[in-house]
Amino acid sequence: MELFQLSRADDMRDAIVAGAASQTAQQGAQVRFLAGGTTLLDLMKLDVEKPARVVDISRLPFDRVETTDEGGVRIGAMVRNADLAMNPLIHEPYAVLSQALLAGASAQLRNMATTGGNLLQRTRCVYFRDTAMPCNKRVPGSGCSAITGFNRTMAILGTSDACIATNPSDMNVALAALGATVQIQGTKGARSVPIDDFYLLPGDTPERETVLEPGDLVTHVTLPPIPGSRSLYLKLRDRASYEFALASAAVVVNVADGRITRAHVALGGVGTKPWHAREAEAELAGAVPDAASFARAADAALANAKAQSQNGFKIELSRRCLIHALTQVMQSV
Amino acid sequence: MPHTIARPEVTPQEANPPGSTPHTQSSSSVTIPVELNVNGTTYALSLDPRTTLLDALREHLHLTGTKKGCDHGQCGACTVHVNGRRQNACLSFAATHEGDTITTIEGIGEPDALHPMQAAFVECDGYQCGYCTSGQIMSAVALLDEAIGPDDADVREAMSGNLCRCGAYQNIVTAIQTVRGKR
Repeated sequence: MELFQLSRADDMRDAIVAGAASQTAQQGAQVRFLAGGTTLLDLMKLDVEKPARVVDISRLPFDRVETTDEGGVRIGAMVRNADLAMNPLIHEPYAVLSQALLAGASAQLRNMATTGGNLLQRTRCVYFRDTAMPCNKRVPGSGCSAITGFNRTMAILGTSDACIATNPSDMNVALAALGATVQIQGTKGARSVPIDDFYLLPGDTPERETVLEPGDLVTHVTLPPIPGSRSLYLKLRDRASYEFALASAAVVVNVADGRITRAHVALGGVGTKPWHAREAEAELAGAVPDAASFARAADAALANAKAQSQNGFKIELSRRCLIHALTQVMQSV
Repeated sequence: MPHTIARPEVTPQEANPPGSTPHTQSSSSVTIPVELNVNGTTYALSLDPRTTLLDALREHLHLTGTKKGCDHGQCGACTVHVNGRRQNACLSFAATHEGDTITTIEGIGEPDALHPMQAAFVECDGYQCGYCTSGQIMSAVALLDEAIGPDDADVREAMSGNLCRCGAYQNIVTAIQTVRGKR
């Protein structure tokens, strides 16, 4: 690990000023914010991240979960994953989010990892994590080792010729289905970014993963109210616990008079970003909730999937995952 | 400017010569003052900022009951309690733990006064080689205060962050369920 200067931010302004000294807030940032540390220390030990300065923001007072005037919930960026999953404002009312959080990592890691940190969780692509190998995300222009190499766990949606790395988060998939908004404070003041716009597709610049600029600090994540809905997160993986998703689905559904009035669907483990499956939502809106409409929705969600040499199975796995999630959520209540 | 809690202080004789490479720089001895509260005792340490909580415990405080396995948060051997909650000591810098209350395996029991979870691991033969055991026990003790279900499957899920290469899982679950009063 490279040497760095470590400091603690006294307040939000301190953190923003410190962060603004970096030339980028993306891969290779010279200044990194440290919250739970579960991603940053891991990558610093691998020399994938080599910040000259680390700013401890873990004591900043963004540690509350509270209702908003609109009837939604505002989550502080420093709220730990374990606390968020069990919070009474989340555990039942936003079951999909609680279930996604509890499906991720281990109890120890969930006690450390924060909401803001999970938003910025990095890919588990083995080539990104191995500095001996080419990787366009880590070293732009060096090539993608995964496309011609081990790609069983890689993405099938949102990929490019430069990068097929999967966004590994469970939480982010639930947030995508819930239509969450990311609250950011930066050198130019505050702004709100819908979660779909927060993440960037890899395209020709896979080193850029989010809209964050130097000095930007994620302070909160806001959830809209979801009255009368039922929600569920289903995760499929190589082992029963403590493993990243091969495919997952987050569904939020409203049903009235035997028809789906509104459906929100996001897929995990298969996208280069938390995958908001709008095509599936369009198929489900107004449909009778049955096997036929679920299959149509799943077909639509995966219509543009592109398999690599080893991950073609994910297309059918993701399809069945979504169908099963929709079937299960209809049986809940 | 942020209030500096841990600015490296480089003494003249320790400073790198001009033009030194980052690699040379990273191997220099740069330390910062860090105060840690571990098992009820406050220690004043002088640490390289890269020092993890795990390395501070083992290499500086010589509390070697906490083990280093993967050093990447994947195995759970380094599990300790921070303010009463289980965490991976390998994935945080020691200097960020000023003001926290740290508890290690040395802090929960003594050889002649075992914690009930330690006694249950002995009674149930919840280990073989023993390398993962302190992490397993620290995780299991913390689990007693968490909202998890009553069944063996619930314990297995809650303990999935602690790997055991010997495969003592069944007896570990039995030990935990015994302490929880589920056996």
